[in-house]
Amino acid sequence: MIIINGDSKQGKFVVENLILIPGRSSKQGTTLNQGKLKDAYKEVTTTLEMNQDDMDRMKLVDGDEVRLKNETGETKVRCLGKKPEDLPAGTAFIPYGPPSSELMASDTAGCGMPLSKHMIVEIEKILS
Amino acid sequence: MSENIKIIKDATCTFCGCVCDDMELHVDVEEKRIVKAKKACVLGKAWFLEHTIEDAPAAMIDGKEVSIEEAIEEAAQTLVKAKFPITYGLSDTTSEAQREAVAITDYIKGNIDTTTSVCHGPSGLAFQGIGESTSTLGEVKNRADLVIYWGGNPAESHPRHFGRYAVTPKGMFTPGGKKDRTIVLVDVRKTKSSPVADILIKPKLGKDFEVLWALRALVKGKKLADNIEEITGVPLETLEDLAERMKNCKFGVLFFGMGLTMTRGRHFNSGALLALATDLNEFTHFVAKPVRGHGNVTGADNVVSWQTGYPFGVNFSRGYPRFNPGEFTTVDTLANGHADAALIVASDPASNFPKKAIDHLKSIPVVALDTKRTETTKDAHVAFKTSTYGINTTGTVYRMDDVPITLRPAFESPFPDDESILTGIKKRVQELMIAKHQATGASGEAKVAAAFTPL
Repeated sequence: MIIINGDSKQGKFVVENLILIPGRSSKQGTTLNQGKLKDAYKEVTTTLEMNQDDMDRMKLVDGDEVRLKNETGETKVRCLGKKPEDLPAGTAFIPYGPPSSELMASDTAGCGMPLSKHMIVEIEKILS
Repeated sequence: MSENIKIIKDATCTFCGCVCDDMELHVDVEEKRIVKAKKACVLGKAWFLEHTIEDAPAAMIDGKEVSIEEAIEEAAQTLVKAKFPITYGLSDTTSEAQREAVAITDYIKGNIDTTTSVCHGPSGLAFQGIGESTSTLGEVKNRADLVIYWGGNPAESHPRHFGRYAVTPKGMFTPGGKKDRTIVLVDVRKTKSSPVADILIKPKLGKDFEVLWALRALVKGKKLADNIEEITGVPLETLEDLAERMKNCKFGVLFFGMGLTMTRGRHFNSGALLALATDLNEFTHFVAKPVRGHGNVTGADNVVSWQTGYPFGVNFSRGYPRFNPGEFTTVDTLANGHADAALIVASDPASNFPKKAIDHLKSIPVVALDTKRTETTKDAHVAFKTSTYGINTTGTVYRMDDVPITLRPAFESPFPDDESILTGIKKRVQELMIAKHQATGASGEAKVAAAFTPL
């Protein structure tokens, strides 16, 4: 993991690289039936599950807004801690949706499937 | 809720590939909505209870309400004018509608692809390379004593897969249900599916192929390198134990999900798993089944295969079907800027595709059919709001094990179904293409008509 510590006008911030795993969740499945343009679906697909140890190190708490960025694009989501034994350190999970699409590269390596899991992204706390 | 309640027994849920056909739906006939869905899982309940009749136009052109006939005319004109029209989606509609979409694409010499290409498309490639040792879910229920889930989280994506087909149901040769089975779960993270597992294996991220290949070696009696745990994250004794269990079970099944196909290795991962299942048939009966997501994505594979000879990523521009994933799959036709018009049926690529593909999709005229407003329909040039298959519309869907099931609708919708809209577009497209062909010098009406006879 590359860890960069720096200073912003507001104070100390941390940027790290994470492996992002977009996937299905039951809440995503139930809210999409209400409609993908509804708030419930948007909330689910903008919630990033993170290893709690990673969050502690980055001084993040549940509900903090973070920026995810890679060569393809960037998006803003809110983080939610998971027990370290449930989600390996250095990885994060997000239900599929428009925010994860912002980060998905279009190269399919000749098979039609873009790399939809195992995306390397930079994560940075958005300072309020 | 009114007192006029109709009960539909043995209705089918088409939300996911489990296609459970034992639902009991309680329908409020006056309010035209389902008020109770007995036996449905959490996803099924949301599917049935949230699909109500909305007050919205059935057809729009550039956001303005029009008649269905006007929208069909504009859709046909848009598709016929295009040089590289694409058809995409199809996994949440009936096989009857899918057949019409193939015919339209054939007429317009377009490109057809389904959501399979961004789901188990890599497995489709692996099937062609390795083969598939397969079975129905009924065989799994009645016979399987070793059930392995690899790279999936059915507790959240297919909640009744455990209870109806593979873990707890009592079968002919598994009368004790779960007591007669060993359940193995392989995943890089702990999920809501983990508690069901007797054995939980957590490989390192991106090391599924290596674990599968190591198991193949062990099954064949080869010795593994001492550092296998360092490479894969899985201890040697765990791998040896699993290999022995696989060789010695009576009927084993490998269910595999997006954790293999969407991550690094893609079709190589699926291929390694299929090869492992094949290897195991030297010792016992072993099958491998992809766990499919959308209600009729398996039907899309079946229909496109019957009609064109290939399951997805098919191009008709030369007048005959050609299959080339990576070129004719939709992420590629969009991201490479080839497509200049799109027919999107029951799918939302503007929400789920890579950004570059979405950007191109938004720059071309789109004809979209969906039951609800989505990122794709809201920007579509022509948008149809259609009725919901299985709730308002009968037809055929294919369960994830390729078993066809007939739908029993619950109540009528004022909106047309996908099949009737697509049939309308097909008829008009055929007329336009014949006229276009004649205008470019073809002679003989019969000859021209023959050139546009559907598959």
